[in-house]
Amino acid sequence: MTSPTFDVVIIGAGIVGSACAAECINEGLKTAIVEAKIIGGGATAAGMGHLVVMDDSEAQFALTSYSCKLWSELKEDLPPSIEYEPCGTIWVAADDEEMAEVRRKEKYYTERGVPVQLLDAKALHEAEPNLRSGLAGGLHVPNDCVIYPPCAAKFFVDRAVLNGAKLILGKKVKNIQKDGVRIDDDTFLSSGLVVNATGSWSPLLTSGIDVKKRKGHLLITDRYPDFVKHQLVELGYLKSAHSVTDDSVAFNIQPRKTGQMLIGSSRQYGVESSQIDTPILRRMLNRAIEYMPDLVNLSSIRTWTGFRAATPDKLPLIGPDVLNSKLYLATGHEGLGITTSLGTAKLLVDQIVGRSPSIPVGPYLPARVSELSHA
Amino acid sequence: MPEEVVVVVDGVLVRMPVGSMVSAAIMTAGVSSFRRSVSGEARGLLCGMGICFECRVTIDLQPHCRSCQTVCQNGMDIRTCE
Repeated sequence: MTSPTFDVVIIGAGIVGSACAAECINEGLKTAIVEAKIIGGGATAAGMGHLVVMDDSEAQFALTSYSCKLWSELKEDLPPSIEYEPCGTIWVAADDEEMAEVRRKEKYYTERGVPVQLLDAKALHEAEPNLRSGLAGGLHVPNDCVIYPPCAAKFFVDRAVLNGAKLILGKKVKNIQKDGVRIDDDTFLSSGLVVNATGSWSPLLTSGIDVKKRKGHLLITDRYPDFVKHQLVELGYLKSAHSVTDDSVAFNIQPRKTGQMLIGSSRQYGVESSQIDTPILRRMLNRAIEYMPDLVNLSSIRTWTGFRAATPDKLPLIGPDVLNSKLYLATGHEGLGITTSLGTAKLLVDQIVGRSPSIPVGPYLPARVSELSHA
Repeated sequence: MPEEVVVVVDGVLVRMPVGSMVSAAIMTAGVSSFRRSVSGEARGLLCGMGICFECRVTIDLQPHCRSCQTVCQNGMDIRTCE
């Protein structure tokens, strides 16, 4: 029997697939990465690029904080195109109930060694004068950052290619087989392992996995330097993000290095069309204006949509598929794929080479939802 | 004599006929470089009808106003990149 051409073929050059490619090459694996369209062109280009520690669950905290640490270790290597900006996050509390959540969050992060700072109403106003008055306060997480994700994906792919990875661009994978993948010009890439990193499209290649599209809208403004200084997210965001049935919006604004601002966010299930949904966009912007009234005087230059790859338990799928042990999944990152791409790449390669990972992988293994996915 | 308004372009008083656009006041003041592009190139009045966004200036401290679509008001503070 001849040995396969590759050790690993990764499908999808979004930020997750790209980071996985760089990590596989780093490990000395013969790696190919196949991208049907362009590098970092899907959810990677549509999202905000917020590197954020989140605490919806212990497993989410573990993966996001591990990943943020990896980003921090990498920051000296990142080219200027990635626009790495350590602006921090402020979770904004509108009322006393949300302020109680701020205190819970403060305790949770502090106990786990993530620096945070509690802001009362006055401190919040001083930190972000364009927020409306009357807000209760907030939680400042100074180590959170912002990047421009498509360039980060490109950086990882370039790094992988420079070290010997094969990039196959503009070819769609027809199907995944036991010993490799068939691409649309009928070429067969033989490989020991295959990684499906195609985000919200991943069920098209691996039927039965429970990854659903969750549509989002974003808007970018013209340049207004210093209008916003931190990534601001309303704590009500958690209510929005947790709802798995209804359409929802939440105030989320991000300063870019250019002085532009990204304004979000919206969440919709069961929508396939990428068109702008005007009523949702209006709700989203009205929500933003409730928090920052002076936004009405600013100009936007573009709006767009994207699709998050959502799983039922809000955690990604990282590890072997339950039906095909030579197929690994690296998908289902929902709104956190930019942050968790680096942790995902490490955990994937740890599993591939049989090394003990830095954080427990159990919560992310596809097998955890096998009773759902392959029922 | 038509009625006039007085605006301030980069600190200089400019008299304009009522109904004049801010872009006309800027040209009258002798300024042709309205703003700078991201890479620092001069930008000015191009389409004159609100489509190209090249003539944006700061009016009464509000950045990115299209000067070709804004009518001069008495006392208006207009700032270009000059």
